[in-house]
Amino acid sequence: MNEASPIIRIDNVTKRFGQSVVAVSEVGLEIREGEFFALLGPSGCGKTTLLRMLAGFEIPTEGEIYIDGQPMTGVQPNRRPVNMVFQSYAVFPHMTVFDNVAYGMKVTGVAGPEMRERVEEALELVQLAGFGDRKPDQLSGGQRQRVALARALVKRPKVLLLDEPLSALDAKLREAMQMELVRLQHTVGITFVVVTHDQSEALSMADRIAVMDRGAVKQVAPPADLYEFPNSRFVADFIGRMNLFEGKVVNANPDRLTLAVDGIGTIEVPGPPGTAMDSVGVAVRPEKTRISGLHPGNGQIAIEGVVEAIAYQGNESHIVLDLGDGARIAATLQNSSRTTTPVAAIGDRLWASWAAADTLILSD
Amino acid sequence: METWRRNPLVFWIFLVPPTIWLAAFFLVPLGLIWVFSFGEKRGLVDIEITWSLANYVRALEPLYLQIIAKSLWMAGLTTAICLVVAFPVVFAISFAPPRWKPILLLLVILPFWTNLLIRTYALIAVLRTRGYINFTLEWFWDGGNQILTAVGLGDLQLLGASFQPLQLLYNNTAVVFGLVYVHLPFMVLPLYASMERLDKSMIEASLDLGASQARTFFSVVAPLAKPGIVSGLIITFIPAMGSFLTPNLLGGTDSQMIANVIERQFKSANDWPFGAALSFLLMYATFGALAMRSLLARGSPGTEHGA
Ligand SMILES: Nc1ncnc2c1ncn2[C@@H]1O[C@H](COP(=O)(O)OP(=O)(O)OP(=O)(O)O)[C@@H](O)[C@H]1O
Ligand SMILES: [Mg+2]
Repeated sequence: MNEASPIIRIDNVTKRFGQSVVAVSEVGLEIREGEFFALLGPSGCGKTTLLRMLAGFEIPTEGEIYIDGQPMTGVQPNRRPVNMVFQSYAVFPHMTVFDNVAYGMKVTGVAGPEMRERVEEALELVQLAGFGDRKPDQLSGGQRQRVALARALVKRPKVLLLDEPLSALDAKLREAMQMELVRLQHTVGITFVVVTHDQSEALSMADRIAVMDRGAVKQVAPPADLYEFPNSRFVADFIGRMNLFEGKVVNANPDRLTLAVDGIGTIEVPGPPGTAMDSVGVAVRPEKTRISGLHPGNGQIAIEGVVEAIAYQGNESHIVLDLGDGARIAATLQNSSRTTTPVAAIGDRLWASWAAADTLILSD
Repeated sequence: METWRRNPLVFWIFLVPPTIWLAAFFLVPLGLIWVFSFGEKRGLVDIEITWSLANYVRALEPLYLQIIAKSLWMAGLTTAICLVVAFPVVFAISFAPPRWKPILLLLVILPFWTNLLIRTYALIAVLRTRGYINFTLEWFWDGGNQILTAVGLGDLQLLGASFQPLQLLYNNTAVVFGLVYVHLPFMVLPLYASMERLDKSMIEASLDLGASQARTFFSVVAPLAKPGIVSGLIITFIPAMGSFLTPNLLGGTDSQMIANVIERQFKSANDWPFGAALSFLLMYATFGALAMRSLLARGSPGTEHGA
């Protein structure tokens, strides 16, 4: 990505509702120009509130938001260089598609052929050319959303804000719209900030993702970094599937850590220098975990267990081994051929193993 | 519910008493009045049904047309003022914290708990020459005079030689004021209902697209609240048009409305046939208004259903 100046700078912003509800807590973020940025987190973590503060519908209790270098305190929503696509789309039901898209220009005095041209252009962009005369109740959910998109894009905002833009669509359409949004963002080159609670959506669309938990931003990283190098138990657990164990650092050499892990025993991993002698989370992804009948040999971390469950999911199967003492480990196996035979049956004693380098050490 | 649907007899049995009630005490008297309107006054209590249109012709005399026009104007003005006043009230309630809404709505309909006559007399106590408004004004006048005296300008009598109370009662303004006061809840409630149905993100979307608050109101809120506005206009206008107590108590000699004339026909003038004809003219006008409402409502989009 280009290292352009941030188009949005969120500077230590806190939002409280009343005395007790802290919806957003001391968030600092920089969103770069031209970026597809996702705000990801579980329900109620404050994503919408943060987005609404960018749009100007909520006012930060503390901190400042800068858009394009300008502080936004006191700037009304209708004066901000951002536009929003609402979760409910909020397409005006009493106006035609054309009038909906034209609305944002009419109210700011863009009229005549220029307005007409821009509306047609925007409708074409979202593949709704020829739908201008329809009323919103003659459109499908997906089409209404495109109207909402066109209506915002036609304003040529510096930043487009989207709140759960795909949540009202069915699974197939959602997938198509994910690609559509990415294509659109490339075409128009506008910064997109998308709120979602769907991690696969964020991973597949965004250039960078901020993961939020209870009002705070836990990690900001590109999708692959977020997946492979989560910085906390929360992010590790929230993004994808994860085998998560608790452990203690018993010995820290400059580049190797010796850990005592509950349910697994003592393992040695290439460790980040400077890890304190403390409790840490020890994690490995199921798809990096292998299952074998025999001990896999040296260089691997291996542990024996009893097959507790096998979940067939078409493209892959999940095998869960019971390690004793309530500890479990899951492994994902690709069903890469139609004749892949099941490697295990419930009750079998098998080895789960993974490369030491694939072990994640989480101190937060 | 289910048994009702399966056993229509139960349904009919429940329907019979109210039907008889309506027929005996509403439709029949109404029919009688309608028949009277084609009659002629013979004696003190005798009415002869001559099926003449004389009463209707008389009702269209300039004198009465003028009163009808005046009533239309006063009721229309009342309705318009109610609309203008109700919108901010409705906004305030609609955007209030959820736990405040029922309380605020209760305050709106609180006046209904008091008899109209008592409320009107209370209004007189506020508006009359020696009422609260004039007392308050006099208090300010005294205060102003004392300040002027203190700075040595007392002798110039800048505020006049003595306090002149405002004549707030017994004129058309007082009648409209009273009508607005009485009918405001009729406007607030349907407006509130349609504001509650309105998806608030419509308003935010309009602001987000660069529209001013005023533009948002006229281009988005008002069109989407149209069903409520139309209902409010109608159910405010109709009773306002038919009011007789308020013009009677708050108005002057020239403030009588059509309902006052009708009342007089049935009482002091004892001319039931003419009163009946006037009543029915008023009713026809009402039906006309309702027909217009359904015409207007047909073209309205309502609020958006789902996403
Ligand atoms: N107007 C409000 N008044 C009081 N509390 C609010 C208000 N808006 C949001 N909250 C609270 O702030 C927190 C964050 O809400 P927010 O809507 O930002 O969550 P979210 O991450 O968008 O969740 P979701 O994925 O469910 O949409 C929640 O606990 C919510 O209850
Ligand atoms: Mg939300």
